[in-house]
Amino acid sequence: MNGNMKARPVIAARNLKKYFGGFAAVDDISFDVPKGICFGMLGPNGAGKTSTIRMIYGFSPISAGTLFVFGQDIQTRVRQIKARIGVCQQENTLDPDLTVMQNFEVFARYFNLNARTARERAMDLLRFFALEQRRSARATELSGGMVRRLMIARALINEPELLILDEPTTGLDPQSRHQLWERLESLKRQGMTILLTTHYMDEAARLCDDLLIMDRGKILARGSPQALISAHTGENIIEVAEPDDALREFARRSGARQEDLGHRLLIYAENGHELYRDLCGRFRHDTCVLRSATLEDVFLQLTGRELRE
Amino acid sequence: MKEGISWRFLSVWRRNLSVYGESWKVNFMPPLLEPLFYLLAFGVGFSGLISGVRYAGVEVSYPRFIAPALVAINIMNNAFFENTYGSFVRMYYQKTFDAMMATPLNAAEIITGEIVWGATKSLIGTVIMLTVISVFGLASYPTALLMVPAAFLGGFAFGSLAMIFTGMVKTIELFNLPVFLFITPMFLFGGTFFPTENLPLWAQHVASVLPLTHLVNLSRALAFGRFGGEALAGLGYLAVFCAVMYPLALYRMRRRLIK
Repeated sequence: MNGNMKARPVIAARNLKKYFGGFAAVDDISFDVPKGICFGMLGPNGAGKTSTIRMIYGFSPISAGTLFVFGQDIQTRVRQIKARIGVCQQENTLDPDLTVMQNFEVFARYFNLNARTARERAMDLLRFFALEQRRSARATELSGGMVRRLMIARALINEPELLILDEPTTGLDPQSRHQLWERLESLKRQGMTILLTTHYMDEAARLCDDLLIMDRGKILARGSPQALISAHTGENIIEVAEPDDALREFARRSGARQEDLGHRLLIYAENGHELYRDLCGRFRHDTCVLRSATLEDVFLQLTGRELRE
Repeated sequence: MKEGISWRFLSVWRRNLSVYGESWKVNFMPPLLEPLFYLLAFGVGFSGLISGVRYAGVEVSYPRFIAPALVAINIMNNAFFENTYGSFVRMYYQKTFDAMMATPLNAAEIITGEIVWGATKSLIGTVIMLTVISVFGLASYPTALLMVPAAFLGGFAFGSLAMIFTGMVKTIELFNLPVFLFITPMFLFGGTFFPTENLPLWAQHVASVLPLTHLVNLSRALAFGRFGGEALAGLGYLAVFCAVMYPLALYRMRRRLIK
């Protein structure tokens, strides 16, 4: 990777916009995704994540700005770009009338792959995703976790250089999520560029080298998970359950930044350990917790806590 | 984004063929049994009531009169139902088109593949029905063979029309409307079970602009061994109908698919 710093980005978006009628779903965003990383897009419902990635995989025309994928303009080279991308959409788009193997064969034809290549690659992918036992099963007979794995496996049939995953683990049980994460990490090690959207901060923290936090069509922050935590919340957070007025007053005088949620008080203290000891000494220590800040803290701080529905 | 249509649309067509192949035994049943039922009901059950029908100046038996119309109705139904209910299920419930849109395929190719598939189902149905009515001696060869390509043209016409509705309806139940307003009246009054000349003049005019009337005329001419002006008029009408409806179908569906 050394000396590769100026390599052409896989995705280059400049002042990208997407309008639906008068509503700006994506409102003037610019970002690059370098080759070989896992890039995350986080944001509440309606933030513009799916609209953005749909433009990247040529599903939605862009409204304004420029978008280059593999150095090619999406507006003139969309077919060539789509041939080099693998997409796993949010919803189950498998063919329910077909078997697992037939799903690969049918999908491979959309990429003009011949039947033999399709079957060979499908067998490799089925092994990789631990689905080989189910290759003759109907797509409707698969569990939720298997459906997801098959969707991703199918998205790899054209040996894409960029894999796009729209909420790949939503609705999966913990075992399935972890299994999927391991596969994605393995793909990343093989040099695949991955773009994913997710609502799960632990997923983003584990998989993403770099990420965007979006809301209302705009980019709020960008960086690695650790850098975002350092920049926005600091390393530690003291969380106090049911704080009383005396504790609130004490916390205010400490000078640390805080967020009062009523039944819960969050203190973003740079000298967290010291303040925590102080707090525990003066007040009931069983209601105070000192914990590491997470991406979720950053996310909630940037996008707010009100419901988006 | 201006989209051209490449031969890739055939991969969409082949997808539907793969699914059709999974249950071909069931799929073969309707075109095999339907003409048998109709011929039994109208040919045997009705024969006491109707001696024959005057068609093109000659008296023909009632089964011989309706047999080519049954083929035409089957062409209409196969394509129309495939590209309304069938395509809608793939688009809306199964998200098949969404998956395709993430591949090098574009919307125009997806829609073309769907319409060509609908026309193919019309063609398959026609081959089966033609075999059945030929067994009963109700088709004259070699012109009757031309019913096979005619089925594809007719299927393409009705499939394009169906796709326009698919591009517009919000829910699948709304297809009842075009079925009730277009398909059923055509089925009854398109020169199928009695000559359109039996209708009042105004209704004859209405019938003369409906596509099934022309498909029935074409089918009947070919089944009677008469490849002449009537057959050519039917072909010409269907070709123009396709030339208008197919671009409209592409337009409506692109608006629906491209978000």
